[in-house]
Amino acid sequence: MAEQKTVRFIIERQDGPDAKPYTQEFDVPYRPGLNVVAALMEIQKNPVTVDGKKVAPVVWECNCLEKVCGACMMVINGKARQACCSLVDKLDQPIHLAPARTFPVIRDLLIDRSVMFESLKRIQGWVEVDGTWEVKDAPIQNPYTAQTAYEISHCMTCGCCLEACPNVGPQSDFIGPAPTVQAYLFNLHPLGKFDAPKRLNALMEKGGITSCGNSQNCVEVCPKKIKLTTYLAQLNRDVNKQALKNIFNH
Amino acid sequence: MAKKPEKKIIVVGGGLSGLMATLKICEAGSKVDLFSYCPVKRSHSLCAQGGINACMDTKGEHDSIYEHFDDTVYGGDFLADQLAVKGMVEAAPKLIKMFDRMGVPFTRTAEGVLDLRNFGGQKNKRTVFAGSTTGQQLLYALDEQVRRWEVKGGVKKYEFWEFIKIIRNKQGVCRGIVAQNMNSNEIVSFPADAVILATGGPGQVYGRCTASTICNGSAVSAVYQQGAELGNPEFLQIHPTAIPGTDKNRLMSEACRGEGGRIWVWRKNPETGEKERWYFLEDMYPAYGNLVPRDVASRAIYKVVVHMGLGMHNPNRVYLDLSHIPADYLERKLGGILEMYGDFMGEDPRKVPMEIFPSIHYSMGGIWVDRMHHTNIPGLLASGECDYQYHGANRLGANSLLSATYSGTVSGPEALRVACSSEAGDALTQEEMEKARKECVDEFDKIRNMNGSVNAHQLHHKLGDVMYKYVSVERDNNGLKQCMVELNEILKEWNDIGVTDHGTWANQEAMFVRQLRNMIIYAMAITKSALLRDESRGAHAKIVLDTDYPDMDPELKERIEKKVGKFHFDPETHRAMDEKGDLVFMERDDKKFMRTTIVSFNQETEQPEVSYREFEHSLIKPRLRNYAVAKKE
Repeated sequence: MAEQKTVRFIIERQDGPDAKPYTQEFDVPYRPGLNVVAALMEIQKNPVTVDGKKVAPVVWECNCLEKVCGACMMVINGKARQACCSLVDKLDQPIHLAPARTFPVIRDLLIDRSVMFESLKRIQGWVEVDGTWEVKDAPIQNPYTAQTAYEISHCMTCGCCLEACPNVGPQSDFIGPAPTVQAYLFNLHPLGKFDAPKRLNALMEKGGITSCGNSQNCVEVCPKKIKLTTYLAQLNRDVNKQALKNIFNH
Repeated sequence: MAKKPEKKIIVVGGGLSGLMATLKICEAGSKVDLFSYCPVKRSHSLCAQGGINACMDTKGEHDSIYEHFDDTVYGGDFLADQLAVKGMVEAAPKLIKMFDRMGVPFTRTAEGVLDLRNFGGQKNKRTVFAGSTTGQQLLYALDEQVRRWEVKGGVKKYEFWEFIKIIRNKQGVCRGIVAQNMNSNEIVSFPADAVILATGGPGQVYGRCTASTICNGSAVSAVYQQGAELGNPEFLQIHPTAIPGTDKNRLMSEACRGEGGRIWVWRKNPETGEKERWYFLEDMYPAYGNLVPRDVASRAIYKVVVHMGLGMHNPNRVYLDLSHIPADYLERKLGGILEMYGDFMGEDPRKVPMEIFPSIHYSMGGIWVDRMHHTNIPGLLASGECDYQYHGANRLGANSLLSATYSGTVSGPEALRVACSSEAGDALTQEEMEKARKECVDEFDKIRNMNGSVNAHQLHHKLGDVMYKYVSVERDNNGLKQCMVELNEILKEWNDIGVTDHGTWANQEAMFVRQLRNMIIYAMAITKSALLRDESRGAHAKIVLDTDYPDMDPELKERIEKKVGKFHFDPETHRAMDEKGDLVFMERDDKKFMRTTIVSFNQETEQPEVSYREFEHSLIKPRLRNYAVAKKE
């Protein structure tokens, strides 16, 4: 009988936030269509390394497995991406998995991305509706503008773009491409645009859009193919215009 | 002026329903502690694709709220509380306007108003949508508004905290919860004036399904074991079009068919003998065609694939075909999910037909609630997929985003009303909170030191296999009895689990073992109620066995005979089959089973106990469902 084909995974592990990283290797039975999350699930079912050592199963975060929730972002063969849609057939083997170290590591591949949600507060990423009660009909919207909004609204706060951005890290306080571009989204909305100056002013502050170095890495890795650099450029113009307005109005 | 008393409500779950309830409570001036396993922005509501139903009537079809009401009740095979459904469909258009103001990027017509699409079980265009990621867009809108309240101090989020159980005061009122930080594994008791559970569906009980890995029904099972009644848990929706996978079955939206997609298999033409594409749904159900409700479509696919052997060789699949529709139209209306199919299957559905098969998708049943979303435990409310309301025996597509949102608009204000009334009783004492916390700590310590020989994830896989085998599209009483036996064995096996991670830092394995026990116990509630409901209704289709037949009501026997003609019992399977070789199913039995199944947990035997409860169905008189012909009112 032919031997069962397996896939070798080399996984960077870490027992806690301050613990020293180490690697472990696992062989996972191959099957067509196998993706990285499915492989990690196989390891859960049989957490034994290639040396035959029984270990604690690898810890990571995942929810939807359909590339919409953003939870399972990790560094796979050196590139930040969603594990669920990373098919083994399309990856070089052995497959290297590591946590996205732009963010604090909690354990193994599990990271703390709360900073991204905090940044969404800073850019005031919402429409200031009066309440959830009935007010009146919502305004009609230009369908082409709505189409652009739809594209940006796919951002699932996964953090790939922050991991890839050379300006996000301890050397800078740049909030990163994803939260910055969300400001553009709310400025497009017929009600949201009333507060556009507030968002633009927030982006003028430290860690805002001036920290973007235009390296274009973000747009390369965005799993939702959002034209991040295009919107960053447009925001940059809007922020400059707002800065001039601020000067002449005061 | 006297200040309104500020109350604290605990909301468990940050999907559409939990977030909607949270907003309502904040707007009324009270505070929310919001608990979720994951950042609320990653909740499972975002997996909904096709849209949300609301009678907007902007397509010149004279759609009406009554029509939406009737479609929902008829689609649910007359098992939904009609007054509850009426409230929901009346509120629907207002909720859409709210979402629109909040910035949901709905798909629009050329003149900028909300576009509508067709959906299953409805003849009029009534489904508002944002491409094929409607759930994601609706969830984000509420997530943004809740973040705004977080900044204002109305909401405190506890993300990566797992709900373990409720705490009741001396009067038996739910006044708090015990939860565990999933990173530090610290276990803490939290007091509140009332508690809302909005923890979603139990899909993971079946292992591979369209649900997220977080949809395990564990919280529902936990409160069920603490005395909350379940309603109609035997009614699980099997979605006809999913992409089967070994890690999960990925949903392929009903919107594909709403936008003109067709389901077919190859067959030999019965007259000419030539190979042809058989569009079997269009053939079997001329009035609704590919847009029959999900239970009907899934049964038809089973018939064609499992019993007629017309699926694609091995494995079993049928085609869902969009390749005849212009690519730019598909891109605009269905872009997101077509990309997903490409990502996971490596083929372009704009060019070749997709290969799909039915999968467990949604639970119509859940925690029993009244129309104000109270469970039978005072102070504990439930809303969203985790409750049993609105969908009866089968949910119509695009009604789930609606019921999730709408139920939050009910449960939020109602929790606050209870909190402000004398019904809330006394606050928890320190001793009560500490006792509950200690119990959970002891349980967790016991679990993380389990040293048996069974792997929890393998046991979970086995649970899913057993449930798919016996409690799926077609059920029979022998299978269901056997299922109860096997579930009891799995529950015993649970005691023999061994964990490899004995630590107390982000110990996902131990947390999973705790969830798994809850899943097994929930599975028993599903199975027992399916066993005792001797009829076919909506998603619950039961095959007639030779042992069932003698005791059947003569009127039902007559209905079966009239429908299928002569039939016999297969000597091996004991199942009734007609002369064409088709299975014979039980008929709907309104006399006996037009009642809500109520399941309570027996603490001593650890077994489910089933009873039945009347519900409100006086507005629309029950009639038999038949999607081969246009609906008659």
